[in-house]
Amino acid sequence: MLDFPRWKTIGISLILLAGILFSIPSFLPEKAFNSLPGFAQTKVNLGLDLAGGSHLLLEADLADLQKTQLANMEKTVRTAMRGEHGADDDIAIGELRRSGNQISFLVRDQAQIDEARERLFRETQGAGLTGQRDWNINIVDVTRIVLTPTRAGQAQAVSRAMDTARDIIDRRVNALGTREPTIIREGDDRIVVQVPGLQDPQALKDLIGKTARLEFRMVDANADPAEAAAGRVPVGSEIVPYAEGEGTGAAFEVLSRQVMISGEQLIDARQSYDPQSNLPVVTIRFDSGGSSTFARVTQQNVGKRFAMVLDGKVLSAPSINEPILGGSAQISGNFTVASANALAISLRSGALPVKMAVVEERTVSPELGADSIEKGIIAGIIATVAVLTMMILVYGRFGVYANIALIFNIFLIIAIMGAFNATLTLPGIAGFVLTIGAAVDANVLINERIREELKRGRRPFQAVELGYSEASRAIFDANVTNVIAAALMFWFGSGPIKGFAVVLTIGIITSVFTAVTVTRMFAAHWLRSRRPAAITI
Amino acid sequence: MRLLKLVPDDTNIDFLRWRKVASAASFLLVVISIALVAVRGLNFGIDFVGGQSVRVEFPAEMPPMEDIREAVSKVGLGEATIQQFGSEKAVSIRTLLPEGENVTADSAGQQLVAGIQKAFPTARTGAVETVSGKVSGELLRTGALSLGLAMLAISIYIWVRFEWQFGVGAMGRLFHEVALTFGFFAVTQIQFDLNSVAALLTIVGYSLNDTIVVYDRVRENLKKYRKMEIVPLLNLSINETLARTVMTSVSMLLALAVLVIFGPDVIFGFSAAMLLGVFVGTYSSILMSTPVLVWLKVGPHSFVPRTAEGGAERVTRSDDGAVV
Repeated sequence: MLDFPRWKTIGISLILLAGILFSIPSFLPEKAFNSLPGFAQTKVNLGLDLAGGSHLLLEADLADLQKTQLANMEKTVRTAMRGEHGADDDIAIGELRRSGNQISFLVRDQAQIDEARERLFRETQGAGLTGQRDWNINIVDVTRIVLTPTRAGQAQAVSRAMDTARDIIDRRVNALGTREPTIIREGDDRIVVQVPGLQDPQALKDLIGKTARLEFRMVDANADPAEAAAGRVPVGSEIVPYAEGEGTGAAFEVLSRQVMISGEQLIDARQSYDPQSNLPVVTIRFDSGGSSTFARVTQQNVGKRFAMVLDGKVLSAPSINEPILGGSAQISGNFTVASANALAISLRSGALPVKMAVVEERTVSPELGADSIEKGIIAGIIATVAVLTMMILVYGRFGVYANIALIFNIFLIIAIMGAFNATLTLPGIAGFVLTIGAAVDANVLINERIREELKRGRRPFQAVELGYSEASRAIFDANVTNVIAAALMFWFGSGPIKGFAVVLTIGIITSVFTAVTVTRMFAAHWLRSRRPAAITI
Repeated sequence: MRLLKLVPDDTNIDFLRWRKVASAASFLLVVISIALVAVRGLNFGIDFVGGQSVRVEFPAEMPPMEDIREAVSKVGLGEATIQQFGSEKAVSIRTLLPEGENVTADSAGQQLVAGIQKAFPTARTGAVETVSGKVSGELLRTGALSLGLAMLAISIYIWVRFEWQFGVGAMGRLFHEVALTFGFFAVTQIQFDLNSVAALLTIVGYSLNDTIVVYDRVRENLKKYRKMEIVPLLNLSINETLARTVMTSVSMLLALAVLVIFGPDVIFGFSAAMLLGVFVGTYSSILMSTPVLVWLKVGPHSFVPRTAEGGAERVTRSDDGAVV
């Protein structure tokens, strides 16, 4: 037990040395930290409760996502039935409609129903691991095809939408120019956004809350304004209200349900000025597909009007005076430079595939955070000094060993947290204090046991050896139970509880190492070099 | 150097003599705690009931509570809970969720801040938090789940490592500690939030630590002194571990007292609950965790089969194979 071969001593010393080295970056000021080589840039991050900043929890509106999913499928059905080889290839369909969670349509020629089904099947994909497709295609009453998204298909759609949403929010938040935002998915339908240092989350929320879904749709010229005002519109059209302050006089437009070009076909959007009025506008450019569609539609509809619809509100509905072939357009509206710029950012980063709502929001001012750090550090130091003093008073030399181990322990925890880029939160500081308590307890157990064995008349060597071996069992069991508690906190807890669990888990592992192995090394070396006839403990 | 001894050598107190009194007292305290939680209720933070909370700090002097209340009521978010929080010049203001919509919850927080800034232009709003009803419900559920599972998993571990009687004892003790801590939150009306759950879990862990140390010694003595009556054996085990119990508790109490006095105000509730937890835990490890073993009739046969020839004074370590 007290046999400490040289390699073991060297190994332990190396671990302790690494602990100190890797904890250094966490103490460096930012400038010095940035000049370190990449591998050494490991640092304990401060949680928002310490650093100050904003935390937002966003939740996707899954009903909205499903609606979009159905709308897209409807479009796919139309295109697929139109066929690739001209009019002969078309399958005539009718009564295409969405109801609840389904899309259904009638195939006019009964003979074509299998072909129709075959074409749709090609549009569906495998989803999940069970070999299921993302849509079920059923034939009802011989001529009607019903499409229903499968559970796996829906899950896949949600997961994809959430990934996209995460990327888009990431781009948008980065466009704000804040430092080191954290944007991660949580659970199935949530995204956590944390921006250190941000004081007013309103700008952030505005940017995230905007779905910025831009659509170009034709104005239905056949609609009778009086009928429309009463809520009656031709089939395939719908009433879309004007955005606030837009639409000279009119409150709404009657637009075709079919979307001519959607926001996904944009490749660029930037704020500029209208050459005539000199008012701020947003200039957008389409990709090649979007450009050709735009050119085709404007060619066919000279003299008619189309509408630019942002988030379900009409921004403007200009007349098409001549075909627009260049693939770029100008969105004019009641913009200020700032609002035009904000719209450009959200258009540029793409539309969120799903509406997101803020379900949790926490903002901590940097002053409060700094105050917490300061008090936390002061309390930590006083508590540590008090405990260290107690240990020396009670256990003398063995107390000193325990204290040295304890200080190493602190460095090791910081180093490991840095290596995992873990976040230190306020409860984390409390976890730190608790870990120190647990480390002390291990040494108390060992030292009390040594005292007992000495009292029973054992010789120093044997007493120390028995002290370590007999105490180890209780230390082990106690720490395992603590790890169980910490693991459960980590899995089920959220936010502050998680931060606490991380520190606790790391602390338990390092404190067993330092409090048992490291102190034993000290004790063994001392006993073997001095061979004391009696020890005071 | 003469070393300090917190517990004199050869202390031999007949702790188990008080086991009936102690158990009755503990039982009574648990009942009172549960009753308190039922009657007074816990002062749930927005983490668990949803709503918005703002921490306001006044630079010079705190205006009368009435003025603050009036300013908040003007915002029109319904009844507000206003509590002094941390320092003397700071209050935490909480209001319930606006009726109905979840989506508008986040703007309510901003309204609250605006209303306060209008009434008290010099006040600083330190922390603004909004939690929607759905999220708070989940937080409450996962918080309760992690607490329950932690207690269960730990008891099972002890059952596996020791014997079922010890598992029952540990479970009973955990329940005792958790109930008393809930009672503490009910009496003081300190805000009960996610941090408080972390405190509860820590108390559970700490209390287990203590239980295991005592139980480990009981197990060892059961193997060593096969002929000893259970009550004296438990007394011996408690006395042998008493020095450790006292030393560790004193260190923990010291560290936590520092945290309560000098620590950040934001975790005051956490530290205070922990302080109480350690205090109760110390009492429990001395007087609470062992009587169960008497009633459940733990004996040497719990570890060594009755038939085994038990002449050895010390059972070698190899049979329980613990390693660290």
